[in-house]
Amino acid sequence: MTSLEDKFEESKKLGLQIVRETEDDRLMTLSVGPQHPGSGHFRFTIKVDGDYIVYCDPDPGYVHRGEEKMCEYRNVIQNIPHLERPVIHDSNNITYSYSLAIEELVGIEVPRRGQYIRALASELNRQVYTLYWLAIYGIFLGHSTMFMWPTGDRELFIDLLEALTGARVTHAFNIPGGVRNDIPDGFKDRCVRQVRYFQKRLKEYEDIFYNMPLFRQRTEGVAVLSKEDAVKLGVAGSVVRASGIPYDIRKAEPYDIYNEIDFKVQYMKTGDCFARSYVPFLDMKESCYIIEQLLDKMPQSGEVRAKLQPNPKGPPGEAYRRVESGRGALGYYVVSDGTPKPYRVKISVGSFRNMLALPYLLVGQKLADMPAVYWSLNYWPVEADR
Amino acid sequence: MATYPQNFRFGEFVGSLIWLILWILIIVTLVGLPLIFIVLFYIPLPPIGNQVLTPYLFLTMMVDPSRTIPIIHQLMTTDLFRVAMFPGFTYAALIAAVTIFVERKFLAKMQLRIGPLYAGKIEGIFQLIADGLKLIAKEIIVPSGADKPMFWAAPIMFVSTAAAVVALIPAAPGYVVADTDVGLLAVFAILGFFPLIALLFAWASNSKYPFIGGLRALHQMIAFEIPFILSALSVVILSGTLNLTGIVDSQIQSYWFIFFLPISAFVFYISSLAELERIPFDLPEAESEIVAGWLTETSGMIYGLLQLGSYVKTYALAALFVVLFLGGWAGPMVFPPQIQTPIINIAPLYDQQAANATLWFTLKTFGVIMLMLLPRGISPRIRIDILLHTGWYKLIVLAFINIFVALALIYGGILGPGGLLVR
Repeated sequence: MTSLEDKFEESKKLGLQIVRETEDDRLMTLSVGPQHPGSGHFRFTIKVDGDYIVYCDPDPGYVHRGEEKMCEYRNVIQNIPHLERPVIHDSNNITYSYSLAIEELVGIEVPRRGQYIRALASELNRQVYTLYWLAIYGIFLGHSTMFMWPTGDRELFIDLLEALTGARVTHAFNIPGGVRNDIPDGFKDRCVRQVRYFQKRLKEYEDIFYNMPLFRQRTEGVAVLSKEDAVKLGVAGSVVRASGIPYDIRKAEPYDIYNEIDFKVQYMKTGDCFARSYVPFLDMKESCYIIEQLLDKMPQSGEVRAKLQPNPKGPPGEAYRRVESGRGALGYYVVSDGTPKPYRVKISVGSFRNMLALPYLLVGQKLADMPAVYWSLNYWPVEADR
Repeated sequence: MATYPQNFRFGEFVGSLIWLILWILIIVTLVGLPLIFIVLFYIPLPPIGNQVLTPYLFLTMMVDPSRTIPIIHQLMTTDLFRVAMFPGFTYAALIAAVTIFVERKFLAKMQLRIGPLYAGKIEGIFQLIADGLKLIAKEIIVPSGADKPMFWAAPIMFVSTAAAVVALIPAAPGYVVADTDVGLLAVFAILGFFPLIALLFAWASNSKYPFIGGLRALHQMIAFEIPFILSALSVVILSGTLNLTGIVDSQIQSYWFIFFLPISAFVFYISSLAELERIPFDLPEAESEIVAGWLTETSGMIYGLLQLGSYVKTYALAALFVVLFLGGWAGPMVFPPQIQTPIINIAPLYDQQAANATLWFTLKTFGVIMLMLLPRGISPRIRIDILLHTGWYKLIVLAFINIFVALALIYGGILGPGGLLVR
């Protein structure tokens, strides 16, 4: 039988820096997660002085699955279904840059219609991801209607993706060389109709959530991330755009057909919690226009997939390609040694870089703002752990 | 997507009801009657309405139900009926139960959902019973290191304190458990116990998140107690009495006080939302911030009792709003002076004034409860510094403005004894 005292002495010998709380301590240590309703598969320890957070220590890794190592034992096509597992509700984007990198290694050109369908699926999936994110943001602030509405409207895009790919969440649609299959009959009309309806709903979201005075009071001026700090910390996606830097991979280094699409990079200058929560919403609005353009400009017929040999392999070499996902730049660094299996695959995700900003932003905030700041960072724990 | 129960048949539903009634009849005849006879033979009962309840009289009652009416009439004048039935705990608990169901359906419609559907076949009306059975069946987990007597006592104290508030509220003329001259003062005195219970339970849980929740509850309730009392004070100035029945009477003599004191009614409404810990003031139970606040370590029926208590409290505060601002039971007469019933003549039990008063009081209370449920669908949670700022700076100022309005009405000779608007 080891008592608590013995365990404590043992942990001291092991060199663990465990500090015990005493009754007259001014600081209280709180462990947030992984079973806390406001954390997800993620844990961070915070210390509070009264209502103020004075220290924050993120501790990711609860959902590490070794995706990168798994890639080394499968050939490039077999890798696709398991690579989308980190973000199953944004699975077209996470396989997009992988396909781009493999295409560069193998040296194949995707047909134009295939490129358009790819971009269309990726935009639809971005909406699914952002709606899910918005729903969680609503419930984190205690707004239960804002949890139910986006989760319901998410079905619009999930239905479209189901018609397009055959699966509701894990599509495995992007493959090296193009997409798996062509779009079904009548898809364009249905897509336009549902996107129009969704644009009306977005106005209602703005009325009930973003224009609500209580929401504004809670988020405006909270946890400001300045432009300089955003650059120093290397945050990505909506977080960097909320700090006044209009950086979007779709504009900065256009992939596939994104240089033929006319769209604006949405950004805000304040860098506070409100800006970080509003930029994804603006992205959703812009995405609706992109979807309509893609449907208009798409070639009416043609191949959607380039012919590939059964076990595609390229010459020894390396490739790095990235796309703009729901959470920022998502890049793949693939090294090939000339065999069908990749020698090394490294996934670079926006989530992890955004998580690094958490300790800097949380210190000095109130305990009540902890979920608002945490989720405004557009962080998906499973993707960060990979 | 299955939106409606597939196997619903109206005939089956009626059939099951008839079977249920048959079984109840059989059980009553085989078990209930012998039991009652044993009791009546061996225990002498006091005479009710000049009659001693003997087995013979009881049998005649079974044959001719109209003979029970004097006894029911006698029972309705006892204190036990007031405490246990109307306007006491049963009435409050019934309204609380209906509130829970209506809240779930109402919120579901607002959020484009369906809400409870399957339990009870018709729109899930028995969902609450199912939830209650589940809570009773669950294990009650007491955290190690918890202060056990306090941990067990707090939920019971919470419900009984909520019921104590109900006891002071008049629901119809003459129907009030405790008709004291300091009724309003007593209500606020009892409401002052709630932060204490929350903090004691939080401390007894021996856990960090409940403790933070308890402290939040304390801060919040103290910040809103003062505007709460001040807003009710302007009503006292207008009516000149602390007796709740007297307040209703003075509104019947003039007009409802909400027309003179709209700001006060608004302050009272906001403060009662904070007192009830409802969204946007549910900081003590803020789920995403501090797990479940001071309710984190509750489980099973302890949670059930605390929920029941909070809904009884909702009824009590809504009823208080009706009494103070909406004229209590006042309303146009809709019932006939006499009623004729075909088989059993229940005319001696029927009181036109009381029936009308109950109807209007229940309708108004329900309206106020719906108004209290509404913010849950449209509002996010407020932060504690904004909450304290609202309580200490804004609501107190508004309440004071309305005290001056009330004083001006009294000294201007518009209301009060011999005022212009007093009928």
